[in-house]
Amino acid sequence: MSEPGKTPFSERALVQLTLVRFREFIREPDALFWVFIFPVLLAAGLGIAFRNRPPDVLNIAATTPELARSLTGERLLHVQQLPPPEAQEALRVGKVALVAEPDANGAVAYAYDPTNPEGRTARMLADRAVERAAGRIDPVASTDRLIDEPGSRYIDFLIPGLLGMNLMGSAMWGIGFTIVDARRKKLIKRMVATPMPRHLYLLSFILSRLVLLVAEVGVVLGFGALVFHVPVRGPFSGLGVLCVLGSMLFCSLGLLTASRVQTIEAASGLMNAVMMPMWICSGVFFSAQRFPDAVQPVIKALPLTAVIDALRASMLQGAGLAQVAPQIAVMGAWLVVCFGLALKLFRWR
Amino acid sequence: MPDSGGMAPLRVRQLRKTYKDVVAVDGLDMEVRAAECFGVLGPNGAGKTTTMEICEGLTAADSGEVELLGMRWERDAPRLRQRLGIQLQETQLSEKLTVSETLRLFRSFFQQGPRVEEVIGLVQLQEKADSRVGSLSGGQKQRLALACALVGAPDFLFLDEPTTGLDPQARRQLWELIERFKLAGRTILLTTHYMDEAERLCDRVAIMDHGKAIALGTPRELIASIGAEHLVEFSSARVPDWTRLAVIEGIRDVHAENGTVRMQVTELHRAVPALLAEMARQEIPLTELRTHSATLEDVFVTLTGRHLRDE
Repeated sequence: MSEPGKTPFSERALVQLTLVRFREFIREPDALFWVFIFPVLLAAGLGIAFRNRPPDVLNIAATTPELARSLTGERLLHVQQLPPPEAQEALRVGKVALVAEPDANGAVAYAYDPTNPEGRTARMLADRAVERAAGRIDPVASTDRLIDEPGSRYIDFLIPGLLGMNLMGSAMWGIGFTIVDARRKKLIKRMVATPMPRHLYLLSFILSRLVLLVAEVGVVLGFGALVFHVPVRGPFSGLGVLCVLGSMLFCSLGLLTASRVQTIEAASGLMNAVMMPMWICSGVFFSAQRFPDAVQPVIKALPLTAVIDALRASMLQGAGLAQVAPQIAVMGAWLVVCFGLALKLFRWR
Repeated sequence: MPDSGGMAPLRVRQLRKTYKDVVAVDGLDMEVRAAECFGVLGPNGAGKTTTMEICEGLTAADSGEVELLGMRWERDAPRLRQRLGIQLQETQLSEKLTVSETLRLFRSFFQQGPRVEEVIGLVQLQEKADSRVGSLSGGQKQRLALACALVGAPDFLFLDEPTTGLDPQARRQLWELIERFKLAGRTILLTTHYMDEAERLCDRVAIMDHGKAIALGTPRELIASIGAEHLVEFSSARVPDWTRLAVIEGIRDVHAENGTVRMQVTELHRAVPALLAEMARQEIPLTELRTHSATLEDVFVTLTGRHLRDE
């Protein structure tokens, strides 16, 4: 018999509940894959796809050798010399974006589709090459500075987005499925039949997530930093606060979503219904600014938008917590409302 | 038994519970005495589990009173929970945890109780202490469920169909464990739809049907109450003349069911020869003849006209 009041720390209910959550998670190989491996694979795939893509070279056709020669000076164009009928055919089927032909009095005629951006670009590049070949000297000198600095590439945009999406997905799936599964197996009812205080049961989910969070965030950030040199410009403490707050918010949203559901199928549908709008609208893969102005206030109020915007500001612009106060307010509001509702609505059987 | 001061540890008065249009418990009264094993016996759907869950404070009754260890659920729930051991019907414990991890979790909710290793010893799962719950057999899982109910050294133990779905050997093993806890002076409330389980384990039994207790007493009293110690069943090539059978001395309550004639008999050694003589006189050959001592099953059949496990 152990004496009441002298319970060792490791035997306390909250510690044991959290340990159980933790054990159940790490003994599920599938969950480990989706939480740790999948985001890295996704980041690697997208990072490689968008990183070293060479500038577009446009295919054009010229109908005389002289024109073709003068056009080869432009390295963004690939010139073929074709007889006029074949050149027109190539333009019609879209093999080339533009056809250059000699016109009366030594002039040049360009044939292209004005609704096709490639055609318009080819027109400007081709004309510049022809003029320069003819001896034009540009009155204003210009140089090109190409952007591939860390911090403003697509991969830099993507990593905070993936981090936010991962925080949401792992918290919601992890909590939702565990709770619905426990309810289906009447395990929740069994727990309630013991003297266990109920709020500890819900709290253990959040605590175990916070432990896993360190690993989850570390994997995504570490991968981005090592492989793509994605910067973390803001203070680590601020980033840490944002991740913890974001994760707790999605934990509460997960608890709320799973608070009354009785079957895995229903939980799966409901989870997707809650998360789908955020995957699309919250700017994981492309900027949320692309949506019409009218819906921007709604998008800004979504929890994932707030999390991702704050993460991007912190990592890429080096923003401190004060600068992301509006996003923190949105996160805090969702956290409080969802946890409160979940406690009220939770079906304990 | 502190707190209960010699009173019955469990008293249930006029309990009623309705689910939509089904009356699950219909004005039930019962009393469980200190250190006894009280059985609620009845078919599926009789209201056993609902009664149990109301007593366990998991379901609210529509009306009626439950007094447990001298306390009430409305007032004393946290104190009461510390003193109960509960085993629910068909709980599936987490498959990914080991036996000792599961018990350590349950133990952490109680202020006092034996060490986890002791409880594992009690239910004879020492060799499985570090095995995952998912790898246990049905009987071992059920013993673990029992262990979870024992971690708080409970004064009152609720067991809801503890052996349902187990093979005969696993059932006997579980019965031996429950008998040992009885000897240790614990009060037990047990539901079952196995009459042999109730006869073997229970000091007193309430037979429940359609939400009501239709009989109450020791198994021996209940069996005696139907006034017959033995039952005789036979099948014959033709239907015999019943009226002649019913007047044989010591034979009562003759009725036929699917071509089988069933009757209650007090003195087997007189009634059976008389029955055989009568059949011979009517020149009807018997195709089958069975006798057995009366059981709680027969009590249930006598009271309701149905079998316990018809469903």
